[in-house]
Amino acid sequence: MPDTSFYAQQTANRRQSIVLAAVVVVLLGGLGFTIGVAATGEPSGGIGTMGIAGILAIILSLGSYFGGDRLVLAASGAKAVDERTAPQLTNIVRELAIAANVPMPKVYLIEDSAPNAFATGRDPKHASVAVTTGLLQKLDREELQGVIGHELSHVRNLDIRFSLLVGVLVGSIALLADFFLRFTFWGGGRRSRSGRDGGGGLQAIMFVLALVLAIVAPIAARLVQLAVSRQREYLADASSVELTRNPYGLERALAKIGTDREVLEVANRATQHLYFANPIKKWEERASGLFATHPPIVDRVNRLRQLTGEGPLAASEVAALAGLD
Amino acid sequence: MELFVILGIVVVLVLLLVGLYNGLVGRRNRVDEALAQIEVQLKRRWDLIPNLVNAVKGYMGFEQKVLTDVTEARAAAVSAGAQGVAAQAQAENMLTSTLRSLFAVVENYPDLKANQNVLDLQEQLTTTENQISFSRQHYNSTVLDFNTAIQTIPAVFVAGMFGFTKRDFFDAEPEASGVPKVDLSLG
Repeated sequence: MPDTSFYAQQTANRRQSIVLAAVVVVLLGGLGFTIGVAATGEPSGGIGTMGIAGILAIILSLGSYFGGDRLVLAASGAKAVDERTAPQLTNIVRELAIAANVPMPKVYLIEDSAPNAFATGRDPKHASVAVTTGLLQKLDREELQGVIGHELSHVRNLDIRFSLLVGVLVGSIALLADFFLRFTFWGGGRRSRSGRDGGGGLQAIMFVLALVLAIVAPIAARLVQLAVSRQREYLADASSVELTRNPYGLERALAKIGTDREVLEVANRATQHLYFANPIKKWEERASGLFATHPPIVDRVNRLRQLTGEGPLAASEVAALAGLD
Repeated sequence: MELFVILGIVVVLVLLLVGLYNGLVGRRNRVDEALAQIEVQLKRRWDLIPNLVNAVKGYMGFEQKVLTDVTEARAAAVSAGAQGVAAQAQAENMLTSTLRSLFAVVENYPDLKANQNVLDLQEQLTTTENQISFSRQHYNSTVLDFNTAIQTIPAVFVAGMFGFTKRDFFDAEPEASGVPKVDLSLG
């Protein structure tokens, strides 16, 4: 049965979401503790900051679970549409919601000429799909079906929940690390260090540790986000074909979006992993790399071609597929 | 003592039976619900077709046959609705293929292709047809699940007693009838 793969994916996403929330709490708590110790020079000085950071992490996780979708949509400037204002888009979303056997999600439009799309929400009952006006203009019906199928696969697989929490993890660590670096440079730690010569050795170690943590933590968090989300993109592409029974629409959509040179202005570092294709980088920079949230478009097209038993294409041939040669 | 053992066995058996029965009812309801979903969309398609026929009638002096085909196929599909899933599926497939030829003919008329009313109707019929085909996949998978459940142990022993019978699939167009016959003989 085709269902087994996505049930497994749902289970994995449920589990990983909980683990991730726990990691956020532990990591932020640890960072808070380190910062507290570094600032005061005593282990007991870290407990207060650890508590504050831990509570902050719990609030952040819960807040993003329940309200993260609204925040993301608002930050992207997405406006709700319905049958009257965007009939074809709404129709396609309804068709694929039936195919994926999920409730009809809310549909949003982003006023931007760069073609892209994302899905968000905590579960299929509270899901939203947003596409840009550029996507509607540049893609035909079949291609749109492929993209919406991809987004609804994220909804059905519960990738959307995990992505929301990943956003919090990355965002909150970056936030705290920024805060800490600024705090260090403004002399918050230095003042107390000069006032207490006795604990200088331990304090210096903790200070260095805090500095290293502050630098390493955001990078580690980014790497987790990237590795995880690339696997999800491949899976959502394959699931989209499973839903639409048509690999060519998605293939052409990928080629068109991949060769489009416009940059999505409303996307930022905290939301880029949500999108259908990496919204920040240009075509040349979308090539493979450790810091890419999405696999290169050429790889995605070629994985789809594997499904249909066709040979892989070179990058220039993918551009030709988009009708841009 | 023996009485309690027998009583215990009876209670366990009754509980198992209740669980089995409830499970089958749940599956059967899912089949019915999936079928109801298809029927909503089929009905919507029946309602849209007269509008489309009216919209294109004036343009199509030469292609009246396409229009009468669609109208007849629609009438056949409406009346097949009462004859069970298999008959209905066949009639609806007929309707789908006549609609396809209608849209193919529309392609030949630049005026029609530019007519907003026709475009809207075309989009609505396209989405309805897609919804029908996706609902059909869903319905067929619920039927498969239900049929398998009542034909396998343990439910197979009690399915007949409780009145659970096999359901029909809502079949896609049979492959064989979709392939045009090509005659290469020159005589």
